[in-house]
Amino acid sequence: MATENPQNKSVIPRDFSGFIAVVKQDCATCRLIEGVLAEMAGERDLLVYSQDDPQFPSSVADVRDERDLELSYRHDIEIVPALLRVERGREQERLVGWHRDDWRRLTAMPALGDGLPAFSPGCGSKSVAPGMPEKLAHKFGDSPLQARRIEVADQQDEHEFAFERGWSDGLPVVPPTEARVLRMLAGTARSPAEIVGVIPPDNAPCTVEKVAINAVMAGCKPEYLPVVLAAVEAACRDEFCMHGVLATTYFVAPIIIVNGPVSERIGMNASHNVLGQGNRANATIGRALQLVIRNVGGGRPGGVDRATLGQPGKLGFCFAERERDSYWESLAVERGFAPDESTVTLFAGGGVHPIGDQASRAPESLTRSLALSLRTVHHAKDYSGADALLVISPEHMRVFRLAGWSKARFRKELEAQTTIDGRAVIRGADDIAVGMPERLAEARLSKLRPGGLLIAHAGGGAGMYSAVITGWGNNGPRGSVPVTVPIRN
Amino acid sequence: MKLLDPTSERRPSARVALPRPETLAGKRVAMLDISKPRGDVFLDRVAAHLQRLDIETERYQKPTFARVAPVELLQQIVSECDVVIEALAD
Repeated sequence: MATENPQNKSVIPRDFSGFIAVVKQDCATCRLIEGVLAEMAGERDLLVYSQDDPQFPSSVADVRDERDLELSYRHDIEIVPALLRVERGREQERLVGWHRDDWRRLTAMPALGDGLPAFSPGCGSKSVAPGMPEKLAHKFGDSPLQARRIEVADQQDEHEFAFERGWSDGLPVVPPTEARVLRMLAGTARSPAEIVGVIPPDNAPCTVEKVAINAVMAGCKPEYLPVVLAAVEAACRDEFCMHGVLATTYFVAPIIIVNGPVSERIGMNASHNVLGQGNRANATIGRALQLVIRNVGGGRPGGVDRATLGQPGKLGFCFAERERDSYWESLAVERGFAPDESTVTLFAGGGVHPIGDQASRAPESLTRSLALSLRTVHHAKDYSGADALLVISPEHMRVFRLAGWSKARFRKELEAQTTIDGRAVIRGADDIAVGMPERLAEARLSKLRPGGLLIAHAGGGAGMYSAVITGWGNNGPRGSVPVTVPIRN
Repeated sequence: MKLLDPTSERRPSARVALPRPETLAGKRVAMLDISKPRGDVFLDRVAAHLQRLDIETERYQKPTFARVAPVELLQQIVSECDVVIEALAD
């Protein structure tokens, strides 16, 4: 994360020449060199800064209280003890830990530390403890953040405050404090000011910082941020048509499918209950995208979001493909990416429709079985070219693996099984008004739009189930097409 | 506690709808078909009524109802007509 160079604001007295030692009592090496510091104090100009206990080291008078860690922060102290040689307020050279010969050379005191071991490693400076750099950046005013600060009064509950401001999707959000947002931004190398995309429906430019704020609120960890950023980027692509996905009366939400090494690295779930609750990465990445659309884009239910019924996945719907033991190439590889590339794919999808087939052992039977459900997406009599996401479980995948069916073979057979005579689905057929125009009665009709079926392998090891997730009726170039983008750090 | 604003920090400019005209006499009426099924049926019927009242109509169409209207189309309607009737649902 880019910050101003803290060295620009030195806190070493400008006219000081001599040595500065930064120590903490809670460090064995610092305690080891108490006598060394006393020796130095007698013969050299020495300022000792103590990070945790201003009474330490007791061997030195006038120890400087460094509990606020300002010098450590501004001078990038990472290890204590640190010994800085300073001329007229400027650091010339630095030693960390205890190396007797180096200390003797730097101080020009050839007998310094007689009787001590030649070497003893230092400890981590308190200023670089987890979470501390962000707190210090905030405290000392070097924040790179541009967002407006909103004060929550002492007597106000910050969670209730977030609800009242309309920032929540209905569940509590993590209050986006500056320290939390800075910590979140440590998850990406991108500048907080970089524009990620223009978020519908308000067409508001959205910075990395705004994504990070909403990712904090969603409950993300910093390492999820690159995935969230990629998802936001994908949602902003014109071909995804996020405005329409939001505004439609239909059920759809942006569904995020994560591929590549990132999913295991950040602990995503691709196994048991993969489409359900319980995994922090799956739950919060999807939620972060929805909060960006809500808060930055201004898209809210009853406002531009006109969904008649919606679906629970609109809180956030994100999962990882189970690639480790998949027999087929992954969704991302099918879509032109390398297996070692991490990607997100966005699909405008409705809820989960289960397919339980515990009897098919032949791939032909299972394909027909899956096709039966696929033929019902949107409406069983709609053959205008639907999109769908088919999630195949490991036990269903096994049927194809044992028979040696490739993904391409399965797609070909499935296409045949989802193509029917028009007569069965024309308007009025089966005494149902809805259907295809009568002129198509003699035609063969394909259920699925070419390129409109996404297939991913996911789920727990036991259970002969798969799932169909219906796409939006307004699919393809006239509406939304699935979008895959690489994840950048 | 200080929180960072998660919104775009923009206040959308409030636009007040123009007052409805007292009469359609002398006005040109845009008939906007958003490409939803049967929107054309509705607009044909309304246009026929208006034409019987000697009110001029002009037909427009969005390329797809799934996307917002192109700016060019909006500008064209504004420059050519006074009133818009839009067929929204199917």
